[in-house]
Amino acid sequence: MKSTKSKLFLCFKWAFLIIVLACIYLPILLIIVYSFSGEPNIGGVNGFGQFTFALYKKLFTNSPRLMDATKNTLIIGVSSALIATFIGTLTSVGLYYLRKGKKAVNFVSEITVVNADIVTAVGFFLLSIFLTRIGLPVEKGMGWLIVAHAVITTPYVILTVSPRLHQLNPNLYEAGLDLGAGPMRSLFTVIVPQLIGGMVSGFALAFTLSLDDFVVTNLNKGTNGVETITTFVYASLRRSLDPAIRALSTIIFVIVLVALIIFNVVKNKKLKTQQKIIK
Amino acid sequence: MPESSETKKTLKKKIVFKPSYFSFPYILLCAIFVVLPLILVFVYAFIDDKTGHFTFSNFAEVFTSANLILLLRTIGIALLTTLICLLIAYPTALILASSPFNKFVILALLFIIPMWMNFVLRVIALKELLTLIGVKNGLFASVIGMVYDFLPFMLLPIYTVLTDMDKSYSEAASDLGANGFKTFVKVTLPLSAKGIASGITMVFMPVFSAYAITDMLGNNNTTLIGKIINELFINSGTWGVGSAFSFVLLLLVFGTMILSNLVGKSPKAKGGAK
Repeated sequence: MKSTKSKLFLCFKWAFLIIVLACIYLPILLIIVYSFSGEPNIGGVNGFGQFTFALYKKLFTNSPRLMDATKNTLIIGVSSALIATFIGTLTSVGLYYLRKGKKAVNFVSEITVVNADIVTAVGFFLLSIFLTRIGLPVEKGMGWLIVAHAVITTPYVILTVSPRLHQLNPNLYEAGLDLGAGPMRSLFTVIVPQLIGGMVSGFALAFTLSLDDFVVTNLNKGTNGVETITTFVYASLRRSLDPAIRALSTIIFVIVLVALIIFNVVKNKKLKTQQKIIK
Repeated sequence: MPESSETKKTLKKKIVFKPSYFSFPYILLCAIFVVLPLILVFVYAFIDDKTGHFTFSNFAEVFTSANLILLLRTIGIALLTTLICLLIAYPTALILASSPFNKFVILALLFIIPMWMNFVLRVIALKELLTLIGVKNGLFASVIGMVYDFLPFMLLPIYTVLTDMDKSYSEAASDLGANGFKTFVKVTLPLSAKGIASGITMVFMPVFSAYAITDMLGNNNTTLIGKIINELFINSGTWGVGSAFSFVLLLLVFGTMILSNLVGKSPKAKGGAK
Protein backbone atom coordinates (compact mmCIF):
# COMPACT_ATOMS: atom_id res chain seq x y z
CA MET A 1 0.00 0.00 0.00
CA LYS A 2 2.74 2.35 1.00
CA SER A 3 4.83 1.60 -2.05
CA THR A 4 2.01 2.46 -4.45
CA LYS A 5 1.53 5.70 -2.56
CA SER A 6 5.22 6.61 -2.81
CA LYS A 7 5.22 5.56 -6.48
CA LEU A 8 2.31 7.89 -7.10
CA PHE A 9 4.20 10.62 -5.28
CA LEU A 10 7.25 10.00 -7.46
CA CYS A 11 5.11 10.29 -10.60
CA PHE A 12 3.71 13.52 -9.28
CA LYS A 13 7.23 14.87 -8.74
CA TRP A 14 8.28 13.95 -12.27
CA ALA A 15 5.15 15.54 -13.65
CA PHE A 16 5.83 18.75 -11.74
CA LEU A 17 9.39 18.98 -13.03
CA ILE A 18 8.35 18.24 -16.58
CA ILE A 19 5.62 20.89 -16.53
CA VAL A 20 8.04 23.55 -15.23
CA LEU A 21 10.65 22.53 -17.80
CA ALA A 22 8.06 22.64 -20.57
CA CYS A 23 7.09 26.18 -19.56
CA ILE A 24 10.74 27.20 -19.60
CA TYR A 25 11.58 25.67 -22.97
CA LEU A 26 8.38 26.07 -25.01
CA PRO A 27 9.09 29.71 -25.98
CA ILE A 28 12.69 28.92 -26.87
CA LEU A 29 11.61 25.88 -28.86
CA LEU A 30 9.06 27.97 -30.75
CA ILE A 31 11.78 30.45 -31.74
CA ILE A 32 14.16 27.68 -32.80
CA VAL A 33 11.48 26.01 -34.96
CA TYR A 34 10.47 29.30 -36.56
CA SER A 35 14.09 30.29 -37.19
CA PHE A 36 13.82 27.82 -40.09
CA SER A 37 10.63 29.34 -41.43
CA GLY A 38 10.42 31.84 -44.23
CA GLU A 39 7.44 33.59 -42.67
CA PRO A 40 8.07 37.10 -41.30
CA ASN A 41 5.62 36.61 -38.41
CA ILE A 42 5.08 33.65 -36.12
CA GLY A 43 1.52 32.36 -36.26
CA GLY A 44 0.58 34.15 -39.46
CA VAL A 45 -2.10 32.90 -41.85
CA ASN A 46 0.41 30.74 -43.73
CA GLY A 47 1.41 28.80 -40.59
CA PHE A 48 4.96 27.60 -40.68
CA GLY A 49 5.38 28.07 -44.42
CA GLN A 50 8.42 26.63 -46.06
CA PHE A 51 11.47 25.17 -44.36
CA THR A 52 14.41 27.42 -45.21
CA PHE A 53 17.69 28.79 -43.92
CA ALA A 54 16.78 32.24 -45.22
CA LEU A 55 16.76 33.89 -41.80
CA TYR A 56 20.30 32.67 -41.08
CA LYS A 57 21.41 33.97 -44.45
CA LYS A 58 19.69 37.26 -43.76
CA LEU A 59 21.32 37.55 -40.32
CA PHE A 60 24.82 37.34 -41.78
CA THR A 61 24.30 39.23 -45.02
CA ASN A 62 21.35 41.56 -44.72
CA SER A 63 20.91 42.57 -41.06
CA PRO A 64 23.68 45.14 -40.63
CA ARG A 65 22.23 46.81 -37.55
CA LEU A 66 21.58 43.54 -35.75
CA MET A 67 25.10 42.35 -36.63
CA ASP A 68 26.57 45.65 -35.38
CA ALA A 69 24.69 45.26 -32.11
CA THR A 70 25.99 41.69 -31.78
CA LYS A 71 29.55 42.85 -32.43
CA ASN A 72 29.26 45.66 -29.86
CA THR A 73 27.79 43.24 -27.34
CA LEU A 74 30.71 40.85 -27.83
CA ILE A 75 33.36 43.60 -27.68
CA ILE A 76 31.89 45.09 -24.50
CA GLY A 77 31.32 41.65 -22.97
CA VAL A 78 34.78 40.24 -23.66
CA SER A 79 36.76 43.36 -22.72
CA SER A 80 34.80 44.12 -19.58
CA ALA A 81 34.92 40.47 -18.49
CA LEU A 82 38.70 40.34 -19.05
CA ILE A 83 39.20 43.49 -16.97
CA ALA A 84 36.83 42.21 -14.29
CA THR A 85 38.61 38.83 -14.16
CA PHE A 86 42.02 40.49 -13.84
CA ILE A 87 41.00 43.00 -11.15
CA GLY A 88 38.74 40.51 -9.41
CA THR A 89 41.49 37.91 -9.08
CA LEU A 90 44.02 40.51 -7.94
CA THR A 91 41.53 41.80 -5.39
CA SER A 92 40.63 38.33 -4.12
CA VAL A 93 44.30 37.67 -3.36
CA GLY A 94 44.67 41.11 -1.76
CA LEU A 95 41.53 40.71 0.34
CA TYR A 96 42.70 37.28 1.47
CA TYR A 97 45.74 38.87 3.08
CA LEU A 98 44.05 42.13 4.05
CA ARG A 99 43.48 42.50 7.81
CA LYS A 100 41.87 45.89 8.32
CA GLY A 101 39.02 47.20 6.26
CA LYS A 102 38.09 43.84 4.72
CA LYS A 103 34.51 44.18 5.92
CA ALA A 104 34.21 47.65 4.42
CA VAL A 105 35.45 46.47 1.01
CA ASN A 106 33.11 43.47 1.08
CA PHE A 107 30.20 45.73 2.02
CA VAL A 108 30.89 48.12 -0.86
CA SER A 109 31.16 45.29 -3.37
CA GLU A 110 27.94 43.80 -1.96
CA ILE A 111 26.26 47.13 -2.69
CA THR A 112 27.23 46.73 -6.34
CA VAL A 113 25.64 43.28 -6.40
CA VAL A 114 22.35 44.03 -4.65
CA ASN A 115 21.80 47.60 -5.79
CA ALA A 116 18.90 48.15 -8.17
CA ASP A 117 20.22 48.27 -11.75
CA ILE A 118 18.50 51.56 -12.42
CA VAL A 119 20.27 53.22 -9.48
CA THR A 120 23.62 51.88 -10.72
CA ALA A 121 22.77 53.21 -14.17
CA VAL A 122 21.89 56.64 -12.77
CA GLY A 123 25.12 56.61 -10.74
CA PHE A 124 27.25 56.04 -13.85
CA PHE A 125 25.26 58.64 -15.74
CA LEU A 126 25.86 61.29 -13.07
CA LEU A 127 29.50 60.22 -12.69
CA SER A 128 30.18 60.79 -16.39
CA ILE A 129 28.80 64.31 -16.04
CA PHE A 130 30.75 64.95 -12.85
CA LEU A 131 34.02 63.75 -14.38
CA THR A 132 33.48 65.92 -17.44
CA ARG A 133 32.83 68.93 -15.19
CA ILE A 134 36.06 68.49 -13.24
CA GLY A 135 38.05 68.36 -16.47
CA LEU A 136 38.13 64.65 -17.32
CA PRO A 137 36.10 64.51 -20.54
CA VAL A 138 34.13 61.29 -20.40
CA GLU A 139 32.03 60.44 -23.38
CA LYS A 140 29.20 58.01 -22.92
CA GLY A 141 29.56 55.18 -25.40
CA MET A 142 31.55 52.03 -25.95
CA GLY A 143 34.53 52.85 -23.67
CA TRP A 144 32.33 54.08 -20.86
CA LEU A 145 30.15 50.97 -21.13
CA ILE A 146 33.21 48.72 -20.89
CA VAL A 147 34.30 50.54 -17.71
CA ALA A 148 30.79 50.38 -16.25
CA HIS A 149 30.32 46.68 -17.03
CA ALA A 150 33.77 45.86 -15.62
CA VAL A 151 32.96 47.66 -12.37
CA ILE A 152 29.57 45.96 -12.08
CA THR A 153 30.87 42.44 -12.75
CA THR A 154 34.11 42.52 -10.72
CA PRO A 155 32.34 41.66 -7.41
CA TYR A 156 30.97 38.50 -9.05
CA VAL A 157 34.50 37.46 -10.03
CA ILE A 158 35.65 38.10 -6.46
CA LEU A 159 32.74 35.98 -5.20
CA THR A 160 33.74 33.08 -7.48
CA VAL A 161 37.52 33.28 -6.99
CA SER A 162 37.66 33.95 -3.23
CA PRO A 163 36.33 30.54 -2.09
CA ARG A 164 39.05 28.75 -4.11
CA LEU A 165 41.67 30.92 -2.47
CA HIS A 166 40.59 29.74 0.96
CA GLN A 167 41.32 26.16 -0.09
CA LEU A 168 44.94 27.09 -0.79
CA ASN A 169 47.83 26.94 1.61
CA PRO A 170 48.19 30.54 2.86
CA ASN A 171 51.97 30.20 2.94
CA LEU A 172 52.27 29.54 -0.80
CA TYR A 173 52.68 33.22 -1.63
CA GLU A 174 55.39 33.72 0.96
CA ALA A 175 57.09 30.53 -0.20
CA GLY A 176 57.31 32.14 -3.63
CA LEU A 177 58.85 35.24 -2.11
CA ASP A 178 61.29 33.19 -0.04
CA LEU A 179 62.41 31.46 -3.21
CA GLY A 180 63.25 34.80 -4.71
CA ALA A 181 60.26 35.74 -6.82
CA GLY A 182 58.94 39.31 -6.64
CA PRO A 183 55.37 40.01 -5.51
CA MET A 184 53.98 40.11 -9.05
CA ARG A 185 55.86 37.03 -10.15
CA SER A 186 54.88 35.20 -7.00
CA LEU A 187 51.25 36.10 -7.67
CA PHE A 188 51.24 35.05 -11.31
CA THR A 189 53.39 31.90 -11.11
CA VAL A 190 52.36 30.53 -7.72
CA ILE A 191 48.86 31.71 -6.83
CA VAL A 192 47.12 32.40 -10.15
CA PRO A 193 47.68 28.93 -11.69
CA GLN A 194 45.84 27.44 -8.70
CA LEU A 195 42.90 29.76 -9.30
CA ILE A 196 42.40 29.14 -13.03
CA GLY A 197 39.17 27.18 -12.46
CA GLY A 198 37.63 29.98 -10.44
CA MET A 199 38.84 32.59 -12.90
CA VAL A 200 37.22 30.77 -15.82
CA SER A 201 33.90 30.58 -13.94
CA GLY A 202 34.27 34.21 -12.95
CA PHE A 203 34.97 35.26 -16.53
CA ALA A 204 31.97 33.30 -17.81
CA LEU A 205 29.73 34.87 -15.19
CA ALA A 206 31.02 38.40 -15.88
CA PHE A 207 30.62 37.89 -19.63
CA THR A 208 27.02 36.66 -19.29
CA LEU A 209 26.09 39.45 -16.93
CA SER A 210 27.48 41.95 -19.40
CA LEU A 211 25.51 40.39 -22.29
CA ASP A 212 22.37 40.42 -20.17
CA ASP A 213 22.65 44.01 -19.03
CA PHE A 214 20.03 46.35 -20.32
CA VAL A 215 19.36 49.12 -17.81
CA VAL A 216 22.93 50.41 -17.33
CA THR A 217 23.67 50.14 -21.05
CA ASN A 218 20.48 51.92 -22.06
CA LEU A 219 21.25 54.99 -19.97
CA ASN A 220 25.00 55.10 -20.67
CA LYS A 221 25.32 54.21 -24.35
CA GLY A 222 25.38 57.86 -25.33
CA THR A 223 24.05 59.36 -28.50
CA ASN A 224 26.62 57.96 -30.95
CA GLY A 225 24.40 55.05 -31.85
CA VAL A 226 26.21 52.36 -29.89
CA GLU A 227 23.66 49.59 -29.48
CA THR A 228 23.94 46.17 -27.87
CA ILE A 229 21.64 43.26 -28.63
CA THR A 230 19.40 44.10 -25.66
CA THR A 231 19.10 47.82 -26.39
CA PHE A 232 18.68 47.19 -30.13
CA VAL A 233 15.87 44.69 -29.65
CA TYR A 234 14.24 47.01 -27.11
CA ALA A 235 14.50 50.00 -29.42
CA SER A 236 13.06 48.13 -32.39
CA LEU A 237 9.99 47.04 -30.44
CA ARG A 238 8.16 50.15 -31.56
CA ARG A 239 8.94 49.39 -35.16
CA SER A 240 8.87 45.84 -36.46
CA LEU A 241 11.47 43.46 -35.17
CA ASP A 242 13.94 42.00 -37.66
CA PRO A 243 12.86 38.32 -37.98
CA ALA A 244 16.55 37.38 -38.23
CA ILE A 245 16.51 37.80 -34.44
CA ARG A 246 15.10 34.24 -34.40
CA ALA A 247 18.22 32.91 -36.07
CA LEU A 248 20.42 34.89 -33.69
CA SER A 249 18.49 33.60 -30.64
CA THR A 250 18.87 30.02 -31.87
CA ILE A 251 22.61 30.43 -32.40
CA ILE A 252 23.09 31.98 -28.95
CA PHE A 253 21.01 29.25 -27.32
CA VAL A 254 23.03 26.49 -29.01
CA ILE A 255 26.34 28.13 -28.02
CA VAL A 256 25.19 28.48 -24.39
CA LEU A 257 23.99 24.87 -24.34
CA VAL A 258 27.23 23.46 -25.80
CA ALA A 259 29.44 25.64 -23.58
CA LEU A 260 27.59 24.64 -20.42
CA ILE A 261 27.65 20.93 -21.28
CA ILE A 262 31.39 21.03 -22.02
CA PHE A 263 32.02 23.02 -18.85
CA ASN A 264 30.12 20.51 -16.71
CA VAL A 265 31.69 17.46 -18.36
CA VAL A 266 35.18 18.89 -17.73
CA LYS A 267 34.25 19.75 -14.14
CA ASN A 268 32.87 16.28 -13.45
CA LYS A 269 35.94 14.64 -14.96
CA LYS A 270 38.20 16.76 -12.79
CA LEU A 271 36.12 15.91 -9.72
CA LYS A 272 36.36 12.20 -10.53
CA THR A 273 40.14 12.28 -11.01
CA GLN A 274 40.46 14.26 -7.78
CA GLN A 275 38.39 11.66 -5.95
CA LYS A 276 40.58 8.92 -7.43
CA ILE A 277 43.73 10.71 -6.24
CA ILE A 278 42.25 11.08 -2.76
CA LYS A 279 41.36 7.40 -2.69
CA MET B 1 57.26 30.91 18.97
CA PRO B 2 59.74 33.74 19.47
CA GLU B 3 61.74 32.36 16.57
CA SER B 4 58.84 32.55 14.12
CA SER B 5 57.89 36.08 15.14
CA GLU B 6 61.51 37.05 14.62
CA THR B 7 61.56 35.64 11.11
CA LYS B 8 58.32 37.47 10.41
CA LYS B 9 59.92 40.69 11.53
CA THR B 10 62.90 40.24 9.26
CA LEU B 11 60.52 39.39 6.43
CA LYS B 12 58.57 42.55 7.01
CA LYS B 13 61.74 44.57 6.88
CA LYS B 14 62.84 42.97 3.65
CA ILE B 15 59.53 43.10 1.84
CA VAL B 16 57.95 46.47 1.59
CA PHE B 17 55.21 45.13 -0.67
CA LYS B 18 52.52 43.27 1.27
CA PRO B 19 50.20 40.92 -0.64
CA SER B 20 47.23 42.78 0.76
CA TYR B 21 48.25 45.68 -1.48
CA PHE B 22 46.82 43.72 -4.41
CA SER B 23 43.38 44.82 -3.24
CA PHE B 24 44.23 48.52 -3.44
CA PRO B 25 43.42 49.07 -7.13
CA TYR B 26 39.94 47.74 -6.53
CA ILE B 27 39.49 49.84 -3.39
CA LEU B 28 40.37 52.90 -5.45
CA LEU B 29 38.01 51.74 -8.20
CA CYS B 30 35.19 51.28 -5.67
CA ALA B 31 35.76 54.77 -4.32
CA ILE B 32 35.44 56.31 -7.78
CA PHE B 33 32.86 54.08 -9.44
CA VAL B 34 30.70 52.82 -6.58
CA VAL B 35 30.85 55.25 -3.68
CA LEU B 36 31.19 58.50 -5.62
CA PRO B 37 28.13 57.80 -7.85
CA LEU B 38 26.04 57.11 -4.74
CA ILE B 39 27.20 60.41 -3.26
CA LEU B 40 26.31 62.11 -6.53
CA VAL B 41 22.82 60.60 -6.48
CA PHE B 42 22.44 61.86 -2.93
CA VAL B 43 23.67 65.37 -3.79
CA TYR B 44 21.60 65.72 -6.97
CA ALA B 45 18.50 64.59 -5.07
CA PHE B 46 18.70 67.82 -3.04
CA ILE B 47 19.54 70.20 -5.88
CA ASP B 48 16.95 72.17 -7.78
CA ASP B 49 17.42 71.54 -11.50
CA LYS B 50 16.61 75.10 -12.54
CA THR B 51 18.33 77.18 -9.89
CA GLY B 52 21.05 74.80 -8.70
CA HIS B 53 20.20 75.56 -5.07
CA PHE B 54 19.53 73.21 -2.18
CA THR B 55 15.92 72.08 -2.10
CA PHE B 56 13.50 69.43 -0.81
CA SER B 57 11.13 69.98 -3.71
CA ASN B 58 12.49 66.95 -5.63
CA PHE B 59 11.19 64.69 -2.89
CA ALA B 60 7.87 66.50 -2.88
CA GLU B 61 7.68 65.61 -6.59
CA VAL B 62 8.49 61.97 -5.86
CA PHE B 63 5.69 61.71 -3.34
CA THR B 64 2.92 63.17 -5.47
CA SER B 65 -0.07 60.86 -5.62
CA ALA B 66 0.58 59.78 -9.23
CA ASN B 67 4.17 58.84 -8.51
CA LEU B 68 3.24 57.20 -5.24
CA ILE B 69 0.79 54.98 -7.10
CA LEU B 70 3.57 54.13 -9.53
CA LEU B 71 5.92 53.22 -6.69
CA LEU B 72 3.28 51.12 -4.93
CA ARG B 73 2.40 49.39 -8.19
CA THR B 74 6.05 48.54 -8.78
CA ILE B 75 6.34 47.16 -5.26
CA GLY B 76 3.15 45.17 -5.87
CA ILE B 77 4.45 43.64 -9.11
CA ALA B 78 7.79 42.90 -7.43
CA LEU B 79 6.06 41.17 -4.49
CA LEU B 80 3.80 39.17 -6.78
CA THR B 81 6.73 38.08 -8.95
CA THR B 82 8.80 37.13 -5.91
CA LEU B 83 5.95 35.15 -4.40
CA ILE B 84 5.17 33.20 -7.58
CA CYS B 85 8.88 32.54 -8.19
CA LEU B 86 9.19 31.21 -4.65
CA LEU B 87 6.07 29.02 -4.98
CA ILE B 88 7.45 27.44 -8.18
CA ALA B 89 11.14 27.41 -7.29
CA TYR B 90 10.92 25.94 -3.81
CA PRO B 91 9.11 22.70 -4.71
CA THR B 92 11.28 22.39 -7.83
CA ALA B 93 14.46 22.75 -5.78
CA LEU B 94 13.13 20.37 -3.15
CA ILE B 95 12.38 17.70 -5.76
CA LEU B 96 15.70 18.23 -7.58
CA ALA B 97 17.64 17.89 -4.33
CA SER B 98 15.73 14.78 -3.20
CA SER B 99 16.76 11.25 -3.83
CA PRO B 100 16.10 9.78 -7.21
CA PHE B 101 16.49 13.19 -8.87
CA ASN B 102 19.77 14.35 -7.36
CA LYS B 103 21.62 11.65 -9.32
CA PHE B 104 21.00 13.47 -12.59
CA VAL B 105 23.15 16.58 -12.50
CA ILE B 106 21.98 17.45 -16.00
CA LEU B 107 18.38 17.74 -14.76
CA ALA B 108 19.21 20.62 -12.41
CA LEU B 109 21.36 22.17 -15.12
CA LEU B 110 18.35 22.22 -17.47
CA PHE B 111 16.58 24.62 -15.13
CA ILE B 112 19.53 26.97 -14.96
CA ILE B 113 20.53 27.08 -18.64
CA PRO B 114 18.07 29.85 -19.62
CA MET B 115 19.76 32.13 -17.09
CA TRP B 116 22.80 32.20 -19.35
CA MET B 117 20.85 33.28 -22.40
CA ASN B 118 20.13 36.93 -23.11
CA PHE B 119 16.94 37.86 -21.21
CA VAL B 120 15.54 40.15 -23.89
CA LEU B 121 15.74 37.36 -26.46
CA ARG B 122 14.02 34.99 -24.03
CA VAL B 123 11.25 37.47 -23.26
CA ILE B 124 10.75 38.12 -26.99
CA ALA B 125 10.37 34.36 -27.42
CA LEU B 126 7.83 34.29 -24.59
CA LYS B 127 5.97 37.21 -26.17
CA GLU B 128 5.67 35.28 -29.43
CA LEU B 129 4.30 32.26 -27.58
CA LEU B 130 1.84 34.32 -25.54
CA THR B 131 0.58 36.07 -28.67
CA LEU B 132 0.21 32.70 -30.36
CA ILE B 133 -1.98 31.30 -27.56
CA GLY B 134 -3.96 34.53 -27.32
CA VAL B 135 -2.66 36.13 -24.12
CA LYS B 136 -2.82 39.89 -24.55
CA ASN B 137 -0.29 42.40 -23.24
CA GLY B 138 -1.07 43.52 -19.73
CA LEU B 139 -0.46 42.84 -16.06
CA PHE B 140 -0.93 39.07 -16.41
CA ALA B 141 1.50 38.77 -19.31
CA SER B 142 3.98 41.07 -17.55
CA VAL B 143 4.03 38.99 -14.40
CA ILE B 144 4.44 35.80 -16.46
CA GLY B 145 7.39 37.47 -18.18
CA MET B 146 8.93 38.52 -14.88
CA VAL B 147 8.57 35.04 -13.40
CA TYR B 148 9.97 33.53 -16.59
CA ASP B 149 13.02 35.77 -16.38
CA PHE B 150 13.70 35.58 -12.65
CA LEU B 151 12.81 31.96 -11.82
CA PRO B 152 16.41 30.63 -12.16
CA PHE B 153 17.65 33.35 -9.80
CA MET B 154 15.24 32.12 -7.14
CA LEU B 155 15.86 28.46 -7.89
CA LEU B 156 19.66 28.46 -7.80
CA PRO B 157 20.27 29.69 -4.20
CA ILE B 158 17.48 27.50 -2.78
CA TYR B 159 18.74 24.46 -4.69
CA THR B 160 22.31 25.09 -3.52
CA VAL B 161 21.26 25.34 0.12
CA LEU B 162 19.09 22.21 -0.11
CA THR B 163 21.82 20.08 -1.73
CA ASP B 164 24.42 21.27 0.78
CA MET B 165 22.11 20.52 3.70
CA ASP B 166 23.12 17.75 6.05
CA LYS B 167 20.53 15.01 5.42
CA SER B 168 21.01 13.60 8.92
CA TYR B 169 18.91 16.43 10.39
CA SER B 170 15.76 15.40 8.57
CA GLU B 171 16.56 11.72 9.16
CA ALA B 172 16.89 12.45 12.86
CA ALA B 173 13.54 14.24 12.79
CA SER B 174 11.77 11.29 11.17
CA ASP B 175 13.54 8.88 13.54
CA LEU B 176 12.15 10.88 16.41
CA GLY B 177 8.65 10.40 15.04
CA ALA B 178 7.99 13.48 12.93
CA ASN B 179 6.02 12.79 9.76
CA GLY B 180 7.11 14.08 6.36
CA PHE B 181 5.19 17.32 6.62
CA LYS B 182 6.36 18.06 10.15
CA THR B 183 9.96 17.32 9.22
CA PHE B 184 9.69 19.74 6.35
CA VAL B 185 8.16 22.56 8.39
CA LYS B 186 10.34 22.11 11.46
CA VAL B 187 13.66 21.14 9.91
CA THR B 188 14.07 21.55 6.16
CA LEU B 189 12.30 24.90 5.77
CA PRO B 190 14.15 26.75 8.59
CA LEU B 191 17.48 25.32 7.43
CA SER B 192 16.88 26.58 3.91
CA ALA B 193 15.89 30.09 5.04
CA LYS B 194 19.23 31.45 3.92
CA GLY B 195 18.65 30.24 0.37
CA ILE B 196 15.14 31.69 0.36
CA ALA B 197 16.47 35.02 1.63
CA SER B 198 19.12 35.31 -1.06
CA GLY B 199 16.58 34.15 -3.67
CA ILE B 200 14.23 36.93 -2.60
CA THR B 201 16.98 39.57 -2.85
CA MET B 202 17.90 38.23 -6.29
CA VAL B 203 14.31 38.72 -7.49
CA PHE B 204 12.56 41.46 -5.52
CA MET B 205 14.82 44.47 -6.12
CA PRO B 206 15.79 43.60 -9.73
CA VAL B 207 12.09 43.73 -10.71
CA PHE B 208 12.15 47.50 -10.02
CA SER B 209 14.61 47.93 -12.90
CA ALA B 210 13.16 45.30 -15.23
CA TYR B 211 11.10 47.77 -17.23
CA ALA B 212 12.24 46.16 -20.48
CA ILE B 213 9.97 43.23 -19.64
CA THR B 214 6.88 45.31 -18.85
CA ASP B 215 7.52 47.37 -21.98
CA MET B 216 7.49 44.20 -24.06
CA LEU B 217 4.61 42.42 -22.34
CA GLY B 218 2.67 45.09 -20.47
CA ASN B 219 0.55 48.13 -21.23
CA ASN B 220 0.14 51.63 -19.80
CA ASN B 221 -0.97 50.21 -16.46
CA THR B 222 2.19 48.21 -15.85
CA THR B 223 4.80 50.97 -16.14
CA LEU B 224 7.57 50.42 -13.62
CA ILE B 225 9.44 53.01 -11.61
CA GLY B 226 12.68 52.05 -13.39
CA LYS B 227 11.32 53.30 -16.70
CA ILE B 228 10.25 56.63 -15.21
CA ILE B 229 13.69 57.17 -13.66
CA ASN B 230 15.34 56.32 -16.98
CA GLU B 231 13.15 58.86 -18.78
CA LEU B 232 13.82 61.54 -16.17
CA PHE B 233 17.51 61.26 -17.00
CA ILE B 234 17.17 61.04 -20.76
CA ASN B 235 15.26 64.34 -20.69
CA SER B 236 17.53 67.06 -19.39
CA GLY B 237 16.28 69.27 -16.58
CA THR B 238 14.70 66.54 -14.50
CA TRP B 239 17.80 64.94 -13.02
CA GLY B 240 17.03 66.19 -9.52
CA VAL B 241 13.69 64.40 -9.41
CA GLY B 242 15.30 61.32 -10.99
CA SER B 243 17.99 61.35 -8.31
CA ALA B 244 15.41 61.73 -5.56
CA PHE B 245 13.59 58.69 -7.01
CA SER B 246 16.86 56.76 -7.12
CA PHE B 247 17.59 57.76 -3.55
CA VAL B 248 14.24 56.35 -2.41
CA LEU B 249 15.04 53.11 -4.27
CA LEU B 250 18.46 53.03 -2.63
CA LEU B 251 16.82 53.17 0.80
CA LEU B 252 14.61 50.23 -0.27
CA VAL B 253 17.73 48.34 -1.39
CA PHE B 254 19.37 48.87 1.99
CA GLY B 255 16.14 47.82 3.68
CA THR B 256 15.99 44.51 1.81
CA MET B 257 19.73 44.01 2.38
CA ILE B 258 19.30 44.32 6.16
CA LEU B 259 16.14 42.19 6.14
CA SER B 260 17.71 39.37 4.14
CA ASN B 261 20.77 39.42 6.41
CA LEU B 262 18.47 39.03 9.42
CA VAL B 263 16.55 36.14 7.83
CA GLY B 264 19.78 34.49 6.72
CA LYS B 265 21.18 34.58 10.21
CA SER B 266 18.07 33.65 12.19
CA PRO B 267 18.12 29.82 11.90
CA LYS B 268 21.75 29.64 12.99
CA ALA B 269 21.13 31.93 15.93
CA LYS B 270 18.12 29.85 16.97
CA GLY B 271 20.06 26.62 16.65
CA GLY B 272 22.81 28.05 18.78
CA ALA B 273 20.43 29.21 21.46
CA LYS B 274 18.72 25.86 21.73
